[in-house]
Amino acid sequence: MLSRTASNLFWMGRHLERADTAARLLDVGQRITLMPNTETGYQNEWASLLQASGTADLFAEKYGEVSQEKIEEFVFFDRDNPSSVASCIEKARESGRIVRTALTSQVWDALNITYQDLRKLERTARSKLDTATLTDFTTSSTSTVRGAINATQLRNDGWHFMNLGYGLERADATARLLDVKYYVLLPRIEFVGSGLDTYQWQVILRALSAHRAYHWAYGGDITAGQVADFLILNGESPRSLITSLYEAVWNLEGIAKRYGETVPNKARDKAREVLAGLQSRDIDMIFDEGLHEFLTWFIGEIGAISTLVHEDYLLGGA
Amino acid sequence: MEYYDEMYSGGQVREPYARLSEWVDTMPADFRQMKQAEAEALFRRIGITFAVYGEGGDPDRLIPFDMMPRVFEQAEWRRLERGIKQRARALNAFLRDVYGRAEIVRAGRIPARLVYQNEAYEKAVVGVVPPRGVYSHIIGIDLVRTGKDEFFVLEDNCRTPSGVSYMLENREIMMRMFPQLFRQNRIEPVDQYPELLRRTLESVAPPKCSDRPTCVVLTPGHFNSAYYEHSFLANLMGVELVEGQDLFVDGEFVYMRTTQGPKRVDVIYRRIDDPYLDPLCFRPDSMLGIPGLMDVYRSGGVSICSAPGAGVADDKAIYTFVPEMVRFYLGEEPILNNVHTWTLWKQDDYKYVMEHLPELVVKEVHGSGGYGMLVGPKSTKEEIDAFRKKIEANPSNYIAQPTLALSTTPTFVEEGIAPRHVDLRPYCLCGDRIELVPGGLTRVALREGSLVVNSSQGGGVKDTWVLSE
Repeated sequence: MLSRTASNLFWMGRHLERADTAARLLDVGQRITLMPNTETGYQNEWASLLQASGTADLFAEKYGEVSQEKIEEFVFFDRDNPSSVASCIEKARESGRIVRTALTSQVWDALNITYQDLRKLERTARSKLDTATLTDFTTSSTSTVRGAINATQLRNDGWHFMNLGYGLERADATARLLDVKYYVLLPRIEFVGSGLDTYQWQVILRALSAHRAYHWAYGGDITAGQVADFLILNGESPRSLITSLYEAVWNLEGIAKRYGETVPNKARDKAREVLAGLQSRDIDMIFDEGLHEFLTWFIGEIGAISTLVHEDYLLGGA
Repeated sequence: MEYYDEMYSGGQVREPYARLSEWVDTMPADFRQMKQAEAEALFRRIGITFAVYGEGGDPDRLIPFDMMPRVFEQAEWRRLERGIKQRARALNAFLRDVYGRAEIVRAGRIPARLVYQNEAYEKAVVGVVPPRGVYSHIIGIDLVRTGKDEFFVLEDNCRTPSGVSYMLENREIMMRMFPQLFRQNRIEPVDQYPELLRRTLESVAPPKCSDRPTCVVLTPGHFNSAYYEHSFLANLMGVELVEGQDLFVDGEFVYMRTTQGPKRVDVIYRRIDDPYLDPLCFRPDSMLGIPGLMDVYRSGGVSICSAPGAGVADDKAIYTFVPEMVRFYLGEEPILNNVHTWTLWKQDDYKYVMEHLPELVVKEVHGSGGYGMLVGPKSTKEEIDAFRKKIEANPSNYIAQPTLALSTTPTFVEEGIAPRHVDLRPYCLCGDRIELVPGGLTRVALREGSLVVNSSQGGGVKDTWVLSE
């Protein structure tokens, strides 16, 4: 497979997942503003969400004051924001267009329709669009593409590269969402375990469409430890760090098996090592270590794996 | 001016259109509109769009598709086919000749100046004979019709003729929307084209290739207006679609960068122009090309389709000599005629053209896409005067032709159905064999009275049928 093709497939996966994350962030923000009795008013929560996606400075520069309308514009529509839903969908579709020959017509159709629908939303008066419409559009469109990929793509190296992109991006996104919750959202440590704390955890679960799944898995009350366990170490949870990373490892192993030992496999080895690191921990160890410190380490490792993928496969020279 | 209509003769419907006529006559207006909308949605979904250079606007513009097919009967097509294949053979013989001993120039049948001072003549490939002596592997021949048996060649496209994806997609969409039409009419298929193209490319593998050849399609990239077509063809042939950056030269061969390291490439179907192929040989500022490609080509390590330098056969000045080529190389009389052409570097022609501008079509020798041309009868006095000045400044840059009475076929328009002018571009494949699928791309001038069918000038496309016997 052409290195450029693999690269576009990988980034197509990443951008689709990133669009999904942006929509989920919007959903989290929206729900938090509906919550009574936050200490410093709603603006703080919005700002913390921007920080989570790493776009706070860009927002401040372009929009100044925070308001829900501006955030929606920025997180969903704004092409100047590289992580906005619109930017990510456009980039994913552009990647797909470049590698049309590597996609089935169903996948291309789903991707192209998503893009055409996005254009329609862009032409719709903003006053006619509520947040739920935007987030629903995003999660359902990206799921359709994902479904088309799983149902119709050949299980070849291209499929592995796409899913590798999804896996790494998802691992990164869940880690960042968790980090917002623990490091940014809660202003002071004495809030831990308060009603506010529990509510915020619920919101995170909802944003990850994992609210019901959590109850299936743990039952009973929502506690910080269990939610963190669910989102970090639970192998049944579809968006947990361990599941996402396991998918990345599985896809890297699939690629390595196809290509044999003559092609470098540094990315696979690194991903295996990080996965082993996760498996050796339990949730108490992570809390002892400091959740934020742990997540910072993890996000850094995901970045390192991504760089190695690039070096192993996407340069393609002699 | 009288125009030949391909469907109606007096009040009568011509034979090949007999069944279609019923279909049109019994179609309710709202059904037609619904189907038209469906066709547009299909095109947009598939992603067939066409960006027009320099116009800005919607990068995802669609080429208008007209649902009313254009029909040829078998006998008409057979004659066209013979004529096209004959012309394709002559054009390749000419290319072989002018990069070799140039017998046709020595014999005084074509002026040396037109060949050697031609911009498209590549000195870099003089003496290099590509596999099977084929220079132009895909030849698009633009034809117009003016009467029952009167077809004229308007121009030849020997470099990288585009539009074949429309021929294929138009058919796909028609079959999908109106399957009953295909049951009622016996229509020759065209969907073997990609397979024939792949066979053609493989048949011209370079001498140093011993295995089954690896072919690729080389595109300038996804910003190119024909990118859809490039990816479409690569996909249907099952070969990689590459950009210049994906290829590199190492030693005697060309390789592509893959996830498993370098892979050798044997045949390049390029959709970029000569000057951009190799910055070491042609334009040093080309970002699209592959440094060192031409050295590999010259030493038989890779085949390039069409071969560099093939463009010398299709410019509008050389065009006037194609009938002469047919006689010179094949010893046959041309089956298809040229349009009478005045070449403005000749004194007498110049004089005649300048006196008759309002009646003539004047074109730039190297122009294409319907740009830089004057359609005398459709232009205002001011436009004609402005064009006259351009001609005076550089007469040898122009040729002129009579304004042809292009045939019309019925076309769906706002008010129902009305005649619109059409042309035809069949795609002839040249490798170890010469092949032609029955049909081609029919372009239609959608504006009433317009004679310019180019998509960049508001033209549309139609499905083109050849009825089997």
